[in-house]
Amino acid sequence: MAQRVVAIIAALVVAGLVTGPVTAVVWRGGGFTALSAADLSALRFTVWQASWSALISVGLAVPVASALARRSFWGRSALISVMGAPFILPVIVAILGLLSVFGGNGFVNLVLEPLGVPKLDIYGAHGVILAHVFFNLPLAVRLILQGWLSIPSERFRVAASLNAPVFWLLEWPMLRRIAPGAFAVIFVICIGSFAVALTLGGGPRATTVELAIYQAFKFDFDLSKAASLAVVQLCLGLGAGLIALLLARGDMLGAGFDRVVQRWDGSKMLDATWIGLATLFLLAPLMAIFIAGLSGLADLQNGIWGAAMRSLLTSLGAVVLTMALALPLVTKAGEAASLLGLSVSGLVLGTGMFLIVQPYVRPSSVALPVTMMVNVLMALPFVLRILRPSVESARGDFGRLGRSLGLRGWALWRIVYLPRLRRPMGFAAGLTGALAMGDLGVITLFSRPGEGTLPMAMYQLMGAYQMEAAYGAALLLVGLSLGLFWAFDKGGRGHAVV
Amino acid sequence: MLWCRDAVFIQGGYTLSADLRIEAGKVTAVIGPSGAGKSTLLGGIAGFVAQQSGVLSWNGVDITALPPHKRPVSMLFQDNNLFPHLTVLQNVALALGSRLTPTRDVQNQAEDMLARVGLNDLATRKPAALSGGQQSRAALARALLQNREIMLMDEPFSALGPGMKAEMLDLSVELAKAAGRMVVMVTHDPADAARVADTVIGIVSGRAWAPIETTKFLNDPPAPFVDYLG
Repeated sequence: MAQRVVAIIAALVVAGLVTGPVTAVVWRGGGFTALSAADLSALRFTVWQASWSALISVGLAVPVASALARRSFWGRSALISVMGAPFILPVIVAILGLLSVFGGNGFVNLVLEPLGVPKLDIYGAHGVILAHVFFNLPLAVRLILQGWLSIPSERFRVAASLNAPVFWLLEWPMLRRIAPGAFAVIFVICIGSFAVALTLGGGPRATTVELAIYQAFKFDFDLSKAASLAVVQLCLGLGAGLIALLLARGDMLGAGFDRVVQRWDGSKMLDATWIGLATLFLLAPLMAIFIAGLSGLADLQNGIWGAAMRSLLTSLGAVVLTMALALPLVTKAGEAASLLGLSVSGLVLGTGMFLIVQPYVRPSSVALPVTMMVNVLMALPFVLRILRPSVESARGDFGRLGRSLGLRGWALWRIVYLPRLRRPMGFAAGLTGALAMGDLGVITLFSRPGEGTLPMAMYQLMGAYQMEAAYGAALLLVGLSLGLFWAFDKGGRGHAVV
Repeated sequence: MLWCRDAVFIQGGYTLSADLRIEAGKVTAVIGPSGAGKSTLLGGIAGFVAQQSGVLSWNGVDITALPPHKRPVSMLFQDNNLFPHLTVLQNVALALGSRLTPTRDVQNQAEDMLARVGLNDLATRKPAALSGGQQSRAALARALLQNREIMLMDEPFSALGPGMKAEMLDLSVELAKAAGRMVVMVTHDPADAARVADTVIGIVSGRAWAPIETTKFLNDPPAPFVDYLG
């Protein structure tokens, strides 16, 4: 009984944290304004860029995954692990890395300029797509690689002995099954992405709905417009999310990539080229951050260390709160409820929370708690997805034993479930911490200089063209994000229980 | 005496009817083809399987509606009898209370019981560091320490080799009898029944037969069991 009560309270907290802010936005907006031409073009651009980003990511992922599936080489498993990293890589760091490679004074332009090639401009629509491909290509590769590895190796042997066309016989049916889901997942991610549009987009031709909400709120303080756009974004997110839920298969965070299928087809040269290009595309921006960041670290001013400390505390708070809400909600219903938070944009939640607290306190003074809450809601669905299988297997294996020993309520959790969950909890806490650490979303709405998080401070440095310091901050940020992930994940693995 | 009066247990759309009495202190084997409902009967007695109708009573007290931990029942499951993240001592001590750091008194009792099953020196180990036979002993110690009058065994030793299985059966029955327990054990091997059981409950096509004395059951089985026993 008591457990049910706790679960219901947790569900109510989540529902309240989502519906409260949304209601506040709609109510304070005084209803909805009709969408202007600019709003409609933002809507069009959002769908357009998400479609292209997803299409290019999946399209490029197919040859890369194909090559990874059939070639074994030194560093293969490390490369596949690195492909899991963009998920926890702070967006602003990746953008700075992309700028240093593809930007106006970036590496690519430096090489191409003497050859008479027109200068590449990363700002605008294609920059947004480039950044989205950078983030989602690895995800697409992992999803599609899983598809490849799910084909039993016997089938390849049969195909080889029959000299049958492997692609049409085995790979095309698999791709037709997997690729739409990968496309849909990436489409959803790109629909809701904000920091990329904020930094690389903008203007009449590259403004997303999320960015339009930000501008309506921050520059015009036009709440009714923000509310209308928020509803547009909500419908967009829910619609895309539903499609993804129907199409997506496979486990985004799953492991088990160490197998290489022995094959008798394909060109070694071509495979090596694809793997090489993908590796270069993914690693060059990160290398640039690392090299430039090392010298920038020395230039870091005291303000940056303060921001780092605020970020660290905010993410640790988010981890604790996320876990506290997640444990009572580890059920199918809880998982479904948590998707509510993911479908609502972080900016809308932030705007709503801002409106709720505005009459009582200075909004900038709660910038960090609001950032933390939004991150909790964003992380919750992932955390539940990670924890639920373990809870279910613990229940299946030890439920009867626990009941026959009279273990109930908190004792059952303390003695049976929590120890069984240690490993997935460490992983989930690591993800939550890293995501919260790198988040550049709602904080942009009402942080004041000198009071923001590390990603915010880094964004401000970039805006002020203090690139040396920005690189240093980026290196610090990426170190803290990966460090948080590593520490929690390691904590979950420590004293491994069998 | 354990009395299943017109009891019907239901598990996943499958029903098992039982109208039988088992006398206190007796060792009873439950025998029957795979899927006949042997585990369902044990689950019903233990309170894990829903009871649709009838009455289950122990020494005249109706226990039909009691949750598993309030029934006079301890159980050895087919597997997962020990929590892998707890030490052997912690596992055994859970029989006497939900504490991971048992009181001095509980610890003494647990160590005493471990000594009786022959696990004196392994109290601080985790189950993974034990052999299959030692794990069975630890689970037995826990079930005995629970101090409930009925001990149910759902083929807990089926993963052990034949020699070890026989040894564990003997030890379990010996210690249970010494403690005055009733034992109800599932087996698919008539030799197990012949070895330790006083009476046999045969289960076939959704019905549990009343206990019959072991030698009689094995030598002159009721008609439905002739084919099964071969």
